[in-house]
Amino acid sequence: MMLYSDEDFLLLSGIQHMAFCERQWALIHLEQIWAENVRTVEGKQLHDRADDPFKDESRKKLRVVRSMPIISHALGLRGIADVVEFHQSKINIEGETCHLENREGWWRPVPIEYKRGRPKPDDRDAVQLCAQAMALEEMLQVSISSGFLFYGKTKHRELVTLDLRLRQHTIELSIRMHQLAREGLTPKAQKGKHCSQCSLTEYCQPYWMLRHRPVEDYLSRMCRVEVDDL
Amino acid sequence: MRRLLNTLYVTMPDAYLACDGENVLVKIEDEIRFRIPVHNLEGIVCFGFAGASPKLMYLCCERGVALSFLTTYGKFMGRITGNISGNVLLRRTQYRWSDDETISSRLSRRFVAAKIINSRAVLHRVLRDHPEIVDNNLRDSLVLLARMPERLERAADGSAIRGIEGEAAHLYFSNFNKLILNQKDDFQMINRNRRPPTDRINALLSFLYTLLTHEVVAALESVGLDPQVGFLHRDRPGRPSLALDVMEEMRPHLVDRLAVTLINRNQISSDGFNVKENGAVIMEDDTRKEVLTAWQKRKQEVITHPYLGEKIPLGLVPYVQALLLARHMRGDMEDYPPFFWK
Repeated sequence: MMLYSDEDFLLLSGIQHMAFCERQWALIHLEQIWAENVRTVEGKQLHDRADDPFKDESRKKLRVVRSMPIISHALGLRGIADVVEFHQSKINIEGETCHLENREGWWRPVPIEYKRGRPKPDDRDAVQLCAQAMALEEMLQVSISSGFLFYGKTKHRELVTLDLRLRQHTIELSIRMHQLAREGLTPKAQKGKHCSQCSLTEYCQPYWMLRHRPVEDYLSRMCRVEVDDL
Repeated sequence: MRRLLNTLYVTMPDAYLACDGENVLVKIEDEIRFRIPVHNLEGIVCFGFAGASPKLMYLCCERGVALSFLTTYGKFMGRITGNISGNVLLRRTQYRWSDDETISSRLSRRFVAAKIINSRAVLHRVLRDHPEIVDNNLRDSLVLLARMPERLERAADGSAIRGIEGEAAHLYFSNFNKLILNQKDDFQMINRNRRPPTDRINALLSFLYTLLTHEVVAALESVGLDPQVGFLHRDRPGRPSLALDVMEEMRPHLVDRLAVTLINRNQISSDGFNVKENGAVIMEDDTRKEVLTAWQKRKQEVITHPYLGEKIPLGLVPYVQALLLARHMRGDMEDYPPFFWK
């Protein structure tokens, strides 16, 4: 398998933008449009949740780790996992449990991604969770079969099974992200239903692109002036 | 489309800018004279050497409000902005294109063609509205100007394009006095000159062009282009060459017509200008204020953008053109559609 080098790593959280719209991903991650704002907002969200990487919860059979830096060389993505729960296991389940430093026994990692809104009709949140799980698998040398998406609006966590189809989609999206990053080109707008939920429409202007008028026609129309009336 | 936000112009030389939470304050001798929420602003332009608190500068950087300092005569001194925004890949394309004679020439043709057609449109109004003052020079000029876009297409390189541009400017300004219908004795233009302007029209135009430059620079920066690297205007340290390129197409409609209107409607008068012993003409404070108010009002006028076919305030034209240019550089559009006004 090809492994990405340090230079090429992209932000893991971008995979949700990619799943939503290629152009949105490119606008944020290549063109850095509103990157400040997006980051500011993301930072605020983190803050609101009072995330603190130094304040982990531990109970007897559960260890909750927040803001865990993660990286996947296979996907070429890095980021921060909101929450990773480690569930204690009495026995070593081969390939599913790992050791934790200074703690006894065997532990099974379960990634949990917090989302402010509601569950989405597509799998854009699921692919982000899946990418996180794949990074954890790489780092902890385990396989993870499921994780959770916790939604702020519904206050519910939804079980996400990390099946082959979801993993395949995650890999495809990350490959496409790297392809676009190498080319450095922003894909043309594809107007769709998703445009109405997009916060970047002002910058993207999908309508302009769709109603595209040939510039040549415009120029010749505008430069044509009547000289007969003189 | 981004909302057209206001630019706050601070003209009182003893004004001090500060902030109170989310508000920008204008203070004179510790007394608050003006207060505006920062989210209502796109830019702040200070004339003279008004001070500003670091906290206000921080607020402006954080909110993407360009804070510019100009001398009382409108010469650009500096600007405080946050991180360099935008896409390094886009700027690389801009630099490569600027080095490429073929691409530079094509874009130069667009800027200049629109400038010529728009200048011609300004003169053409005289033909329609005041046929009694039409003379042969005006008629000939209109014909010559009408043929120039075609000549531009055949122009071999940048210097040939600049040559046609110079010819067009000469034809245009040689008829400029015909646009002045009132206060004709006080407002006469001999030729277009600057540094220093030697007549009142030139002083007025130079001041308005400075205002437009500020807006175009801010617009280019906001879409991630480098205002200093141009196609028609070549690099010169400190010169916003790309801004000057993009401005060409906007000068006649946004600036020249406004200058003419201000004179014809007696909104400004000859005693609002100070003529120095060596002939240099300087605008006085009250005139400057009058001009700024008119400029702000003009920017609110709604037009239909000729290429987009959408209604936009005139003040958004620099921003739209910057965006269209960035679009072209990004490969979204096959060419750059300049701004035409007919």
